[in-house]
Amino acid sequence: MSTTVTVPSGSGSGASPATGSAPQPQREIVRHWATPITFAVLTVISLLVFALGASGESATFRISTEADAVQIPDIVVPTVAAGWTITVLLAALTVWGLLAVRRRGTVPGWGSAVFAVLFVAGFLVWVVGAANTTTVFLTGLIAGAFVLAVPLIFGSMAGVLSERAGVVNIAIEGQLLAGAFTAAVTGSVTGSVWAGLLAAVVAGALVSALLAVFSIRYLVNQVIVGVVLNVLVAGLTSFLFSTLLSSDSSRFNSPPHFSSIRIPVLADIPVIGPIFFDQTVLGYGMYLIVAALYVGLFHTRWGLRVRAVGEHPKAADTVGINVLRTRYVNVLLAGAIAGMGGAFFTLVNSSSFSKEMTAGQGFIALAAVIFGRWNPIGAFFAALLFGFATNMQFVLAILGTPVPSQFMAMLPYLVTILVVAGLVGRSRGPAAAGTPYVKE
Amino acid sequence: MSAVTTQAGPRPGASGPAAGRPDGGSALRHMMSGNGMVTVLAIVLSLVISAVLIILTDEEVLEALGYFFARPQDTLVAAWEAVAAAYAALFRGAVFNYRAEDFTGMIYPFMESLTLSTPLIIISLGIAISFRSGLFNIGGQGQMIIGAVFATFFGVHLQLPFGVHLLLVVIMGILGGALWGSIVGILKAATGAHEVILTIMLNYIAVYLVAYLLQTPVLQREGSTNPVSDFLEPTAVFPPLLGDSFRLNWGFVVAVLTTVFAWWLIQRSTIGFQLRAVGANPAAARTAGVSVKRMYVVAMVISGGLAGLAGVSQVSGTEKVLNTDVAGSFGFDAITVALLGRSNPVGVFFAGLLFGALRAGGVTMQTETGVPIDIVLIIQSLIVLFIAAPPLVRTIFRLPEPDPLQARTGADPVTQPALAGAAAATTTTAGGTASAAESAVIGDAVGVAAGDAASPASPAETASPAEAAAPAGAQRGTPDAGPPPGGRVTASPTQDTTGEDGEQR
Repeated sequence: MSTTVTVPSGSGSGASPATGSAPQPQREIVRHWATPITFAVLTVISLLVFALGASGESATFRISTEADAVQIPDIVVPTVAAGWTITVLLAALTVWGLLAVRRRGTVPGWGSAVFAVLFVAGFLVWVVGAANTTTVFLTGLIAGAFVLAVPLIFGSMAGVLSERAGVVNIAIEGQLLAGAFTAAVTGSVTGSVWAGLLAAVVAGALVSALLAVFSIRYLVNQVIVGVVLNVLVAGLTSFLFSTLLSSDSSRFNSPPHFSSIRIPVLADIPVIGPIFFDQTVLGYGMYLIVAALYVGLFHTRWGLRVRAVGEHPKAADTVGINVLRTRYVNVLLAGAIAGMGGAFFTLVNSSSFSKEMTAGQGFIALAAVIFGRWNPIGAFFAALLFGFATNMQFVLAILGTPVPSQFMAMLPYLVTILVVAGLVGRSRGPAAAGTPYVKE
Repeated sequence: MSAVTTQAGPRPGASGPAAGRPDGGSALRHMMSGNGMVTVLAIVLSLVISAVLIILTDEEVLEALGYFFARPQDTLVAAWEAVAAAYAALFRGAVFNYRAEDFTGMIYPFMESLTLSTPLIIISLGIAISFRSGLFNIGGQGQMIIGAVFATFFGVHLQLPFGVHLLLVVIMGILGGALWGSIVGILKAATGAHEVILTIMLNYIAVYLVAYLLQTPVLQREGSTNPVSDFLEPTAVFPPLLGDSFRLNWGFVVAVLTTVFAWWLIQRSTIGFQLRAVGANPAAARTAGVSVKRMYVVAMVISGGLAGLAGVSQVSGTEKVLNTDVAGSFGFDAITVALLGRSNPVGVFFAGLLFGALRAGGVTMQTETGVPIDIVLIIQSLIVLFIAAPPLVRTIFRLPEPDPLQARTGADPVTQPALAGAAAATTTTAGGTASAAESAVIGDAVGVAAGDAASPASPAETASPAEAAAPAGAQRGTPDAGPPPGGRVTASPTQDTTGEDGEQR
């Protein structure tokens, strides 16, 4: 999938530095052909399905409801024209990608992003045009995707934070579930949403504490601890659900809920208004956490240290960074954040706790971490994309489309496989993630 | 994964002769701090913690707690009764029902335990083989599903005479699982993608795939609206092993045979030797001429094939029909079983029996005493957590610390790569019937690799973090990603080129 050429220093960029005793400084360019090849395959799919396979109907995207202050007319897209336009654009991007790889070895990340957005748009137009009902409420589709993405975003932030410090966090699922459970119970018993949220944070951090102690103190393989913790939390919450919660659900399992806080005027902006300015405290907190993590990890001294610990703990230790403490703190923080995401399930999204209600979202969050290249912003958008795919699954079932809903549900996982295999972009995790650090 | 650890964090003296072994009363100490003791205590500890949970959620105990200071003995009695009743029911449901009226009823629970442990043992053997090869196959669930899908397809749609049909179904099931596993092996070998992520994602894809297939004429029962397949043809199912009164079928014999096969494969075959070499130290194995990439594919094919066979034992043995829940929690249970059995086929067999018995007993416990079967999940995961951290168990029971050599040689390379990695380099070559020369070559290579990694002059370690980290981190934690022993840091950042470099060397 990739070829290596050696060129004199200066004419290449973005390649690994070469050391050694070569007479003349040389640089290696590794050309990753996988991305443009994948582009080409997807372009062909677009040609066959979106352009040639278009239904001939028009896809209608409604944006405003009658109650909205600002009315925007429906967008009517003729499927055939849209299919061809998008195919041509994708083909152009493919050619550009091939040239980019020839010139500098890789396709820039934003190129892949533009490609993905175009492809998704093409898919959306095609699938809506081919459905029994060719009208879809776009604002609702996007808003629904955001709601589904909230726990994914919290979970992926937990993954980013933990893995950047060098501890693989497979236990996101368990942290979410623990948060959801304790938020429901504490919220119900105390009658306070804030107490519920606090309990969720503590519960998430507790699961993380186990992960940290076993993987850092006892050097147990991090993947194994994560997998086992997921089972343990699923067992514990299901056990307590069956014994305590279901016997007296009015006392233990009827949590209060966060109400959404509507910011006047801004919330009336079409499409993005309800997404950004009509959220619960958790929703606003999520944006804050994503921004804080991005700035913290990449623009502060703390972040530099954390990343050093994740990439090369020995070097970090040599310059005086306390590797183990950094890992403990980060893993605990990660659990706290995932706990908040868990609280979203029971304090915002659904009325009460139910068995294994996180249903694999922790693993989608893990996928978002990888797809987002261990970067908070990247993981945020990856989680949004996965939330969108999950929501499409429901919407498609209502519209009656040719695509089985199960295939939409598979999408996040399929995309992740393509990403880790380097078929779409390249995703490289922190070098020391998964490796315990033993000080000599 | 273990190899990276060996190279990234070697412990002082890891490659040299072990520090003197203290004798004098060491036999008892050796036993008290050894793996067997830790395993037993881990099981005891997990049962105790689960007992506490049962007590704390028992209604009569909670009631008696209300007047604890007036009559504390009531609480204690209620607590004792709750635990005793639950665990007695667990025993009756798993081993021997002494309350039953006839002999069949008495041994029925034990037969049920064997039935439930059949697929568990088979799939866990597959997972254990992947562990021994240094691969974390978390994808048993998906491989089992695809195996079951293949088996069901051929078991439902074909009309063949008895032996042939069953054999075909078994082969197809193995093929299905192997196919799903090979995706992981091939992708890992070709691109360096991490198998943990790949297998987790493939699990979900398999779950949705089977859900889809069970809604199409490919597998769905004719005239049914539920996602369930037709019953397999009578020619395609395992006959009962001990008469019609038990669900136990010839699948259990297959499980026993598979255990023997897995033992032979790991301990006595050339492929097994190569797999173990790759698991212990990929860089050294590569130096000795083993194709690491090929072994990744082989390991995943075998591991997936066994998971597929477990799927067959479900649809052709116990259930006789395919539904969306065919794999249940077997995929994850298998990981715990493989860990409890320390990835050793015989150990896995008995660990599988234990967890199968827990499952069977859990059902009885739930129906008779109202303690939810979820407690079994808690017991399982606690056992694995404790056996993965022997120092914790020793601290809790105030056992003596093992001497350093025992700590390292006793450490499970799967759960504790950081501890066992160094020891594995010096111990793995002990077993196996490969020729002495081959053994010596690998032994040398391992020694060289360990020595190199430990030597402070190794270029990878003296290089600045940026330089060293960039090429080393093609994929996180991938064994291949580590700098080749004594290699230049100029290795290109791609996974595959690193591998080819190594193989040419």
